[in-house]
Amino acid sequence: MTALRIYMAQRISAMIMVPLVFMHLGMIIYAVQGGLSAEEILGRTRGSIFWACFYGLFVTAVSVHGAAGIRVIVTEMVSLRKGTADLLTYGIFLLLFVMGARAVVAVTMP
Amino acid sequence: MIRPHRNHPLWFAFIVHRLSGLALVIFLPMHFYVLGMALTNVDQLDSFLQWSNNPVSKAAEFGLVFLLAVHLFGGLRLLVLENFDWRDWQKSLAAASAGLAFVVAGGFLLNVV
Amino acid sequence: MVGANNKPEETDQPEVMIEVSVWRGDAEAGGFRTYHVPSRQSQTVLDIVTYIQRNLDPELTYRFACRVGMCGSCGMTVNGKPRWTCRTHASQVISNGKLTIEPLRNMTKVKDLAVDMTPFFDKWVEAKGAFVPTKTRHDEIEAIKPDSKERRAADAAVECINCGVCYSACDVVAWKPDYLGPAAINRSWTLVNDPRDGAQAERLKVLASDAGCSNCHSHQSCATYCPNLLNPTRSIAGVKRRVMVAALKGEV
Repeated sequence: MTALRIYMAQRISAMIMVPLVFMHLGMIIYAVQGGLSAEEILGRTRGSIFWACFYGLFVTAVSVHGAAGIRVIVTEMVSLRKGTADLLTYGIFLLLFVMGARAVVAVTMP
Repeated sequence: MIRPHRNHPLWFAFIVHRLSGLALVIFLPMHFYVLGMALTNVDQLDSFLQWSNNPVSKAAEFGLVFLLAVHLFGGLRLLVLENFDWRDWQKSLAAASAGLAFVVAGGFLLNVV
Repeated sequence: MVGANNKPEETDQPEVMIEVSVWRGDAEAGGFRTYHVPSRQSQTVLDIVTYIQRNLDPELTYRFACRVGMCGSCGMTVNGKPRWTCRTHASQVISNGKLTIEPLRNMTKVKDLAVDMTPFFDKWVEAKGAFVPTKTRHDEIEAIKPDSKERRAADAAVECINCGVCYSACDVVAWKPDYLGPAAINRSWTLVNDPRDGAQAERLKVLASDAGCSNCHSHQSCATYCPNLLNPTRSIAGVKRRVMVAALKGEV
């Protein structure tokens, strides 16, 4: 991956996430009123196509964004060969994406 | 740690953005793991949520909300800086991002107590 | 009056001394040596270095030429910050009677306060910082409107005298030694905005490369320390937009 591809992936995923994070923050502040319960969360999300799409997009974007960010931090601190840096980037993307996708399925599956 | 040439507000804005981003990436797998409990064991998820209803956890959550908000506003500042015409009030924008993040995190805190 | 020979005024006051730590050494090894220099009115950091070399330690090596902020050769790290020593008043930077003077960062030390600026200048060439003409003497002179957006963008960035202060202030250069750095990209940006230039496609390719603009994190240390009050971060942001558009069109 070239530095420019990483740069663009990071910025485009950031732009996608701007409205998502605003909503997420609003949702957090709204949902914590009166304490959190699994019933309350799942009652809102289970079987909802809207929340499935919302969190699906969110997880995809954050996996790209986080992987790009870690790659940049690590390559600035230690000198890595390009192949190693690519492997690290894909590894972090996959970890975040697989765990995130599992969480989305868990909370939105009807 | 803070070398003299880094001792200016916009470098602090950078380090806040970098460290908040790093902390959020480290937090995310735990966040996903807990939510994933809904797939296999809803009771376990519920008891975790009950357990997390203590002051220490809420303080940590306040920290997380602040990190997310400061990364959002700081990131917005960078997107504007990079993609629109230059503005000379970068330091004010950086200060505003931190201020807004405190407002959001404060809003969270007011709603949990 | 302080005379040209830098003699102090005749007073009964005891002379105030500045404790100056100067980095002495070469690319392999070195360390600080302390000198005591008398304080003078309107004294610059360059005056202090010159005083040391002429009166205390003739082996001290440093670089300067114009002494008035025109040439850009007296850049050094003063109390941890990159500066033109000729335009830095000692009274503004001395703290508790002490001063630390080191060579510029991010460049190989040659001896004492002089660094090897070759890689810095090589990057200007690499970033295609030279104008490539498209016309001959037989063509009409192309009219550039002074108030056009391109001309104003070039104007804002063009007064660089390649002193290396921004390059020395940049953390990304320290972290990624291949990065072209703020001065070279700033220079390139003036040419990106020059409609007469004939190397736009090649220049954009270099700016889009792994050594190019996408490395910049907008720390803005370059803009903070530029003695000419230029803003390389703004220039790099402009380059980023051009490169992003070119990349989306598949041109780089």
